[in-house]
Amino acid sequence: MAKVKVRKNFQQARWNEPMIYELSTPGLRGIIPPIVEDEIEEKVGDVASKLPEGLRRKTSLDLPEVAQKQVLQHYLHLSQETMGANLANDISEGTCTMKYNPRFCETMVANPGFADIHPDQDPDTVQGMLKIYYDFEKVVKEVSGMDKFTLQPGGGNHAVYTAASLIRAYHESRGELEQRNEIITTIFSHPCDAACPATAGFKVITIWPDENGMPDYEAIKAAANEHTAAIFMTNPEDIGIYNVHADKIVEAIHAVGGLCFYDQANANAFLGVARAKEAGFDMCHFNVHKTFGTPHGGEGPACGAFGCKKELAKFLPVPTVEYDGEKYYLDYDKPESIGKVRQYIGQSAVVLKAYTWSMMMGADGLRECAEISVLNNNYMLSLMEKIPGVSHAFQGNGIVRQEQIRYSFQGLREKYDVGSDDMNCRMGDYGIPWFWSSHHPWVIPEPMTLEPCESYTKEDIEEYAKVVEIVAGEAAENPELLKNAPYNTGMHRRIHEEDLDNPDKWAVTWRAYKRKHGVE
Amino acid sequence: MKRLGFIVNPVAGIGGKVGLKGSDGETILKKALELGAVRESGRKALVTMKLLKEVESELEIYTWPGEMGEDVCREAGLQATVLGEIIKGHTTPEDTIRAAQMMKELKLDLILFVGGDGTARNIMDAVGTEAVVLGIPAGCKIHSGVYALNPKTAGQLMTQFVQGKVRETKLAEVMDIDEEKFREGVVQARLYGYLQIPNETKMVQNLKSGRGFSETVSIEMLSNYVADEMQDDVLYIVGTGSTTASIMKKLNLPNTLLGVDVVYNRQVIASDCTEKELLEIIPRYDKVKIIVTVIGGQGYVFGRGNQQISAEVIKRVGKENIIIAASKNKILSLFGSSLHVDTGNEEVNQMLCGYYRVIVGYGDIMMLPMSD
Amino acid sequence: MSGKQFVHPYIPNSEPVVKKQMLDAVGMESVEEIYKGIPDHLRFKGTMELPDPIISEYTCQRHVEGLLAQNRNAKSNICFLGGGTWNHYVPSVVDTIMERDEFLTCYVGDAYTDHGKFQALFESSSMLADLTGFEACNTPTYDWANAIAIACRMAERTTGRKEILVAGNMDPDRLLVVRNYCKPEMVVNTVAYDKETGLMDLEDLKAKLSDQTACVYFENPIYIGALEVNAAEICSIAKEAGALSMVGVDPTSLGILEAPAAYGADYAVGDLQPLGLHMSYGAGLGGFICTKDEKEFLGEYPSLLFGVCETQQEGEYGFGEVYYERTSYASREKGKDFIGTTTALHGIAAAVYMALMGPQGFKELGEGIVQRVAYVKEELAKIPGITIPVSGYSYCDFMVDFNGTGKTVKEINKALLEYNILGGKDISGIFPEYGQSALYSVTEVHTKEDLQALFDALKAICA
Repeated sequence: MAKVKVRKNFQQARWNEPMIYELSTPGLRGIIPPIVEDEIEEKVGDVASKLPEGLRRKTSLDLPEVAQKQVLQHYLHLSQETMGANLANDISEGTCTMKYNPRFCETMVANPGFADIHPDQDPDTVQGMLKIYYDFEKVVKEVSGMDKFTLQPGGGNHAVYTAASLIRAYHESRGELEQRNEIITTIFSHPCDAACPATAGFKVITIWPDENGMPDYEAIKAAANEHTAAIFMTNPEDIGIYNVHADKIVEAIHAVGGLCFYDQANANAFLGVARAKEAGFDMCHFNVHKTFGTPHGGEGPACGAFGCKKELAKFLPVPTVEYDGEKYYLDYDKPESIGKVRQYIGQSAVVLKAYTWSMMMGADGLRECAEISVLNNNYMLSLMEKIPGVSHAFQGNGIVRQEQIRYSFQGLREKYDVGSDDMNCRMGDYGIPWFWSSHHPWVIPEPMTLEPCESYTKEDIEEYAKVVEIVAGEAAENPELLKNAPYNTGMHRRIHEEDLDNPDKWAVTWRAYKRKHGVE
Repeated sequence: MKRLGFIVNPVAGIGGKVGLKGSDGETILKKALELGAVRESGRKALVTMKLLKEVESELEIYTWPGEMGEDVCREAGLQATVLGEIIKGHTTPEDTIRAAQMMKELKLDLILFVGGDGTARNIMDAVGTEAVVLGIPAGCKIHSGVYALNPKTAGQLMTQFVQGKVRETKLAEVMDIDEEKFREGVVQARLYGYLQIPNETKMVQNLKSGRGFSETVSIEMLSNYVADEMQDDVLYIVGTGSTTASIMKKLNLPNTLLGVDVVYNRQVIASDCTEKELLEIIPRYDKVKIIVTVIGGQGYVFGRGNQQISAEVIKRVGKENIIIAASKNKILSLFGSSLHVDTGNEEVNQMLCGYYRVIVGYGDIMMLPMSD
Repeated sequence: MSGKQFVHPYIPNSEPVVKKQMLDAVGMESVEEIYKGIPDHLRFKGTMELPDPIISEYTCQRHVEGLLAQNRNAKSNICFLGGGTWNHYVPSVVDTIMERDEFLTCYVGDAYTDHGKFQALFESSSMLADLTGFEACNTPTYDWANAIAIACRMAERTTGRKEILVAGNMDPDRLLVVRNYCKPEMVVNTVAYDKETGLMDLEDLKAKLSDQTACVYFENPIYIGALEVNAAEICSIAKEAGALSMVGVDPTSLGILEAPAAYGADYAVGDLQPLGLHMSYGAGLGGFICTKDEKEFLGEYPSLLFGVCETQQEGEYGFGEVYYERTSYASREKGKDFIGTTTALHGIAAAVYMALMGPQGFKELGEGIVQRVAYVKEELAKIPGITIPVSGYSYCDFMVDFNGTGKTVKEINKALLEYNILGGKDISGIFPEYGQSALYSVTEVHTKEDLQALFDALKAICA
């Protein structure tokens, strides 16, 4: 049995690293581009100096001048000051499904048969790639029950925006777009379920949960009418409670002529267990970089797989990947398509990695991911419940949680005036990555949302709960310790945060920083 | 450098511990002191002022004599300029009003006061919304939104204010509690008016999804929306409150903050109407709507400051013609409970129960239940 | 679960003894008890029709490599495709940093435990700003197309106007993305261009500008293979009409081409791909938006902005999110955007690339490319039947007209495959006025031998 060890003397690398500009000495080079052959030089001469006057660069290019080792060293240092999920107990980032990102998948994308293919190549020359797209599409079709997918969106939000664009096109095709200018969503859904339709021009009606934490069915019925274009909902929502009314809600929306979109960012718990199709949804999406094991990249690259029933497939962005029995091809012949949401056909690296991961999992493996995720989460809850000062959303409603839970430190706030951010900072001193609190608004006060997905061991879970317990104990003894934490991570507690809000002080580039803060 | 006014109501909250509610009125006060009540508000204020010691060098404090502020400052070790005069041991609401008025004339950056709902009303009578104030709670039944959560958070907010970290202000409700009824166990609060308080917009880092909007922006956005959605040839009865005031401002119309105005085709046709006036106007129009906001900490839409929009008025206009608008933060503070209505008429209250679309931003609506 | 005989290496708690311990701890017999709350009719009763799992990593490697081997790639073929994704050299140091699990697998942690990520992205934004001449730059968005679209909405919010004018010869795929994103409120119209020079028709621009124009967008280099010589004038014409100007750039060209801020642009947008990202069948994209560090501009970014912040440790570079609450200049919060997971890791790759290259590297890169391109254009024009339809200098991309050969681009490209050459992009369907033309792209990776191979092949094919 592995041991549970809390990292009491943890110290993250803290290199006090200068800015890359501060490593600069004029004349240094990190790399030399290929030199033009003499024959070419002789034939055409110095073309750059012959370019039209107004186009030639006169503005000084003040990039740093650094030798190669020093560039490598600098970014290696910065890398060490970052806690990737592959090297940390990242149960922390709930809703993000921080599962293991297999190194094997990285090896596959380094293959020249992938890394060195151009997206404009004739489909006949990239049949292997198109097959991968087509076969991964089959995976998400099986998981969801939807008829057709596009892998073009570059992330979850992007897929939700694609849904909103599609809904707009659908109603427009029926001459009802002007009338249908509202969408319904819930307060625990991802903010993009409101923001994306709003961007697409819809009014947003937000529903609150009922006393059990599920979206209030009566409220949804009251909100649905002839102006309803669609409902955007997540299930389960970030608090981890499965919405048993899902199909009734779908019925209510369909009854008024609206469409139903299922935000499946939290799909990990239900692979092979429950599908969008059985609940009656018209569309759904997956965060491929969460559920299907591809890395998060510090916020991308990512892929939002968007799927729909066959009646809606004509609106999908172009091109879709098709198979004619002999070969794979790209179908641009979609006159009612919404156009494009991203250049080319999709985030191919994410698709390749997800395909690889899925092929290794198979149906049984996907199901196992789901089962172990929900078991891990419930085990975690059994430990967290015992910690004084820690509660969770809709505690005691008798409903079993699925794959994540929103905890609350409100108890600690009331007793010791210590909150979510303070806990977060101090937990970093034990080697725990920054936990995900909650989307705005924080209706559950002082939140922490955790998701111990299937990659974490029993010992990881126990270590995590132990750290929460220890830090909650520190809050009782010495709240100031938390308020000035962290002490052992790559960065100390921020001060003067109001400067980030002040146009005279803020700086998002080195140039702006130098100018405003009087640095040479 | 911030110039701060500091006023203590020495008898606020005095009744609480000895089982009396409130302390307004000489009789009650005398009774409380007989029962051995100790003046608490000074002690509560001390917690706040001690926190301010840390930013003393950036503060210039002006206060009132003796138990109305001078004593607390001394005990906290803070330098303060003492203004005015009192009769020690016999301070009255008039003293509070006089103090606040003088501080307003001095154009201080903020007036910090200690007390309860009564004190808040006094301050309001003195300065209206012309000064920025903040209350340290020391009453035993605080319904007004002008108070910090407790003396400690008041100190923290003040420190941030002094350091320039909090620059925004917002309007907060001052409530009027019927003291008699309260002693009988019935809470009936009415909107008395507004005070301007510092608005702390906490910068919460939220790297996955952005953030919510502040009060100011929420109200700005919903006002734009309501104004844009207003239809021609419809009579709008505009209720009391700072949110509806903001809507009227968007329309460039004059507005009665604590009164009900009537708008038609973007013109005010009657101001500060009584129930009778409303009932006379309504039948002259085919289409009538009511625009109201949410008042008080318990989410009252009718019954806490817009009594002019009576049960009868509501019946004539109809439930489906009620437009509710309130800032997102206001609505979110009700999370877990519902909107409330108390028109005084059981039947109408019942009729009004159900779900409502509450406008919280531009094209941004929350579906809330209403109960009585 | 069907009777699997092994514990999956990625799912440790599926080990039966461990699993039982955990079930006992939560008082359950099986995981089914967790799912029991899901109504029966919502349960999926079937099995997912997926191939049997490939449980050995080696076997899976054979499988996937087998598929990838079916792709013709730019290592074993000479690739002349560009136009939005380019074939540039990726330094080993960039790959090294990209492979590190820390950057690769982190996500939305705050700067306390992810300080390095913040600094790397701050440096990336800084260097992009240096290239473009601005002082503000976002954390990356999905790609160049989305950068344009987002910046259009930013312009709308800043000016309160709802019309966008774009160069008629911008990349059509990017235009599709922009059109979708600008709905429903904004109108996108195109400005005519000269067929022979590729340049924007300034008279048409002036005619189409109105007091409703929020922004004028053009690309430089121009998609069809020219340089927008009138860049400064376009910006000033726009400004006179009260509109903002936005230019789409190739960041690698800015070693030799003037910084957009210097010739009056209000925004510079583009893709990170040529800054150290492999082509990866269109995966290596990332969109940047550079603009002025003034609240009317910076305050309209929908994306995250990382700024420097002090910490309790003196002298430490802390980071936090710069947030300026928009107070609705346009007084309408329609056109509110969304932010989410985009392409942060690519921003870090770009930082490493830009730091390695430095100003000298970019200068030499640019000089070499324009030389090679000029050379290729000259040599191709010598081949009977082939002409260069757009005059002037080009950077990387240029059009080649095959109308005189009597063959279609499709036929020629198919024939080029025999020579292990991936020919230029078929433009005949996209810009029909050029007939059977293709967009070719030459970068620093093409040697003289590579180019000679192209000339010889085309000579043979077009004869």
